[in-house]
Amino acid sequence: MNKKKKSIKIENISMIIAFCLFVIMFIVGSIKYDHFGTVSTFLNLFNDNAYLIVVAVGITFVLLTGGIDISVSSVVAFTCVLSAYLLQRGWSAVIVIPIVLAIGLLNGFCVGYCVQVFKIQPFIITLASQFLLRGMCAVVSTVSIPIENGFYKAAALKKITFKIGRTNAKLYLYVFLALLVVLVAYYVLKYTRFGRTIYAIGSNEQSAEYMGLNVKWVKIGAYMICSFCAALGGIIFSFYTLAGYSLQNMGMELDAIASAVIGGTLLSGGVGNVFGSVIGVLIQGIIQTIVTYQNLNAWWTKVTVAALLCLFIVMQRLISIRADKQKGKG
Amino acid sequence: MGEKELLTMSGIRKNFPGVKALDDVQFDLRAGEIHALLGENGAGKSTLIKVLTGVEIKDSGTIIMNDQEINPHSPIDAQNAGISTVYQEVNLCPDLSVAENVFIGREPRKGKHIDWKTINTRTAELLKEFDLDINVEERLDNYSVAIQQMIAIARAVDVSAKVLILDEPTSSLSTAEVKKLFEIMNMLKDKGMGIVFVTHFLDQVYEVSDRITILRNGTYVGTYDADKLPMIELVGKMIGKLYDELEDIPKVSTGETASEELIRIENGETSEISAVNVSIEKGQVTGFSGLLGSGRSEIARLIFGADKKTGGKTYIRGREKDINNPLDAIKNDMAFCPEDRKKEGIVGDLSIRENIIIALQSKRGIFNKISKKEADEIAAKLIKDLSIKTPSADQKIKNLSGGNQQKVILARWLATRPDLLILDEPTRGIDIGAKAEIQKTIVDLAQQGMSCIFISSEIDEMDRCCNRMFVLKDKEIVGSLKGEEITQGAIMKMMAGGK
Amino acid sequence: MKKLTQKMEFKPFCVLIAIILICGIISGGDFFKITIVDGHLYGRLIDILRNGSRYAILAAGMTMALGTGGTDISVGSVMAISGAIACSIVDGRILAGLNGNVALAVLIAILTGAVCGAWNGFMVAKLKVQPMVATMILLTAGRGIAQLIADGKIVTITSDAYYKISGGYFLGLPIPMYIAIGVIVLFLLLTKCTAFGMQVESIGVNPESSRLAGIKVERNLWIIYILCGMTAALAGIIESAGIKGADCNNCGLMIEMDGILAVAIGGTALSGGRFSIISSVIGALIVQTITTTIYAFGVAPELTRVAKAVIVIIVCLLQSKPFMDKFKSLFPKNTAKEVQA
Repeated sequence: MNKKKKSIKIENISMIIAFCLFVIMFIVGSIKYDHFGTVSTFLNLFNDNAYLIVVAVGITFVLLTGGIDISVSSVVAFTCVLSAYLLQRGWSAVIVIPIVLAIGLLNGFCVGYCVQVFKIQPFIITLASQFLLRGMCAVVSTVSIPIENGFYKAAALKKITFKIGRTNAKLYLYVFLALLVVLVAYYVLKYTRFGRTIYAIGSNEQSAEYMGLNVKWVKIGAYMICSFCAALGGIIFSFYTLAGYSLQNMGMELDAIASAVIGGTLLSGGVGNVFGSVIGVLIQGIIQTIVTYQNLNAWWTKVTVAALLCLFIVMQRLISIRADKQKGKG
Repeated sequence: MGEKELLTMSGIRKNFPGVKALDDVQFDLRAGEIHALLGENGAGKSTLIKVLTGVEIKDSGTIIMNDQEINPHSPIDAQNAGISTVYQEVNLCPDLSVAENVFIGREPRKGKHIDWKTINTRTAELLKEFDLDINVEERLDNYSVAIQQMIAIARAVDVSAKVLILDEPTSSLSTAEVKKLFEIMNMLKDKGMGIVFVTHFLDQVYEVSDRITILRNGTYVGTYDADKLPMIELVGKMIGKLYDELEDIPKVSTGETASEELIRIENGETSEISAVNVSIEKGQVTGFSGLLGSGRSEIARLIFGADKKTGGKTYIRGREKDINNPLDAIKNDMAFCPEDRKKEGIVGDLSIRENIIIALQSKRGIFNKISKKEADEIAAKLIKDLSIKTPSADQKIKNLSGGNQQKVILARWLATRPDLLILDEPTRGIDIGAKAEIQKTIVDLAQQGMSCIFISSEIDEMDRCCNRMFVLKDKEIVGSLKGEEITQGAIMKMMAGGK
Repeated sequence: MKKLTQKMEFKPFCVLIAIILICGIISGGDFFKITIVDGHLYGRLIDILRNGSRYAILAAGMTMALGTGGTDISVGSVMAISGAIACSIVDGRILAGLNGNVALAVLIAILTGAVCGAWNGFMVAKLKVQPMVATMILLTAGRGIAQLIADGKIVTITSDAYYKISGGYFLGLPIPMYIAIGVIVLFLLLTKCTAFGMQVESIGVNPESSRLAGIKVERNLWIIYILCGMTAALAGIIESAGIKGADCNNCGLMIEMDGILAVAIGGTALSGGRFSIISSVIGALIVQTITTTIYAFGVAPELTRVAKAVIVIIVCLLQSKPFMDKFKSLFPKNTAKEVQA
């Protein structure tokens, strides 16, 4: 009766570990470096990683179904480059933003359709779309295009400033857009049939089918959301950098996947939530901050994040291998 | 409780490539009865259930429910018609909460969003009817299989309460849990529900069923009142009569004199079965008989090292050997045709030749490659010896018929010249001609001095081929027979009644 | 005759010849021009052989990984690591005791590739992490590790011996070609003269059947990922030798796609099973021919990547059964013809 007690809510264990890790890193950083332990540092984690939060939330949808999407970094880059290019040509932001979002949706639909209907492995098809979009970036422009559009500039610079003690802490407006995405995603995953079906598919696709759920369209929908979020993340990223460059965000898909996994999402699907992914992003942000404070080569961030991802994957595997062993008795 | 038919299926046919899964099968169900559907592996029970629930689409035949013809094309169609199913392996989502599993796909809403409160309270109420007082917000996975089963039934009943199909619901339940399940089944029956009960535990059939329908080899055997059909007759009907074509196979000589021990297992243990003590003698065909789930396959897998060993010792010709994986077993001259030919036997995309030499190659090690010429010779000889019907050895094995695939697997192992050949259901799902040939081969091999372990759910084959026999029930060896003692009657008695 | 056309290598070989011919005709014969300078051969075809060697070496390893139904997308990063190590040793930045010995540098770099491969093997075979995710970790981290080895700089070297690995000639033909042929011969020996090839195919088709037939599935996966790492390391050495230095940012960047493309064009199913090293090598040459030609015609090189991605998608769709079924149902006439044929 009381078998498998150890695997109670892997997402929670993982999320708690991640949260503790974050707190510890923040405290250690505060002790070690001057000016680290401030509200400003904390808020800057959001300012600097707002785009990653959005992308990580998107990829959580796909990971929850048990799939994977490694084209997100290219979607981000393509969004930035294309919007920068179009804005440079004098297009209005009101037209450009819907266009790039629609491209995101379309990419997601194509990938999802290939995965679900044509049964192509998700990693191959998203690898191909990653290259396609990365190539398209370069076709649009190989050099970095600055963005001078008024709306983008305003969006990039509008911020709320808090006075805490003697320091000024600021939060840019686009961070609120990212937080809104998190809340909407949370609502969708928790309170809509679409969201619950995503969990059901990741948990056991065949069961979901037997229970009469609409597996096909929900799965395609998950890829569409992922790609849409990546495009939205791209828009936020272009606010953040005010430029579009074809080689930006290389390898960001790993950051996004790592955020989700560190936050408790299982790569096999069915378990996880978006708040965990947000914590995962913040952990990466803090690693980056520490690396900067320590004056280390920026590549240390990548290596540390990859190592952390490894650690969490190994942990998940060990938990699930143990669970399987206990199940074997049944 | 009327005699009126709630559900009638007639003339159901379903073909899969190369297999007649269902051939003119009929079945009917009355309101307020528990109707057992029985048959051995491959008899067509599962296919019939799948046709009824829209997972598979029938080739022909009619299904009439409440005087209306229905033609379910998906599980949702069946649900809407009032047919719910609880499958053998609990088909719920382990990562979702109990309550959600009951309501997913039909969640009550408040405004636009899912009303979790109502879901939780309604689930708690529903489960109370089933005498289950559990935390409905807990993950499903945290409860035992028995409770998961109840939850699945609760969902099924709540979705549509006319016909409930229980496909092997008891295979992973303890005695107490089974009892509880039966209480619930009786409660639902009293409410006027029709319940189809698929199982291979015959005692349980008699405990709850009103009527019994038996299928064999995809055909309809008959429908009987449970209290008018003695168990021994039931077993006979499930297992079938002798095939005329097989009668000319000579019974192997009992060979009392040649009882030299080849392999002995002491206290063998895997995660599936424990306390196995058997000894296999040289030049004998040893049978493990028992119904599905009795542990007959698990013993075979244990001997071959196919399942991870958790304890026990293996002695070969009196010497202790470490058999931890299939390769160890192969190097000690063992061979194993697994039960699930498609998943564990054939390597579909490779040629017949490669499928034949693959085990011999493992035995020799990868650096000692079998030359093309030798491979051709081995394949040609075995194709001829076992009369495998194929245009050439280059043919992909997946293009062959079931019987020929099985012969290729047999050829794979004969190529390794084993001392012990383990055959788990080698004749399942193949046509009678091929069956006879395989049986003949087994007997011939034994006469040439090879030891065989033979597992089959068809008792007449066992009777004919074996000269030693272990009978299993509930993962325990309940008896052993030798030579002339082996008769169908004796085996059935042991299988049905224990001692 | 029929036997020849049924060989797996036949189709990609025809495609290669066709592409070369088309290129030759479009370029008006320039394409085939081979000149002899200082006893060395020069020309487009020679360029293709030289630059295609890297792909061919990579494709050999990648074929095996894809044959088991897995994949290795970390090859580009492994190339960067091995390039960084080899150049740093030759440069004397690390392991100065070796005095920049080129042979030892190459050996150590290849061993590093093997270690990277072993790591992937550990994740895939032992921990049973999806190959994609397992190798993606090294894909991202590997480039960082390479940066750390090279200390964030582009390590440039002056060693002539090292440069020869890529730029040298032997009997008038570029040295990388000989290296590639050597690797291919080794792989052919391994897959054809031992039973390893058959075992890999068997694992790719049905791991459980393979295990019950006595194949050591785990051990074979380890070996394959180690081989994959070693081939990537070798490709990395050739690439770094070509530019006389290790550029960790760009060495082998996105080359995994070229590797997968070469294998896919060669006809190996990306879901595992039957594979042919020769087919993949031909696939690699096709990829290189396309790349060289696109450069030669002055088409923007950015388009190559798009074109390659499109080709991969098309090959994937052609390998997908549901797609083909759908496709055929759109053109019922064609199906009828096929049946007749």
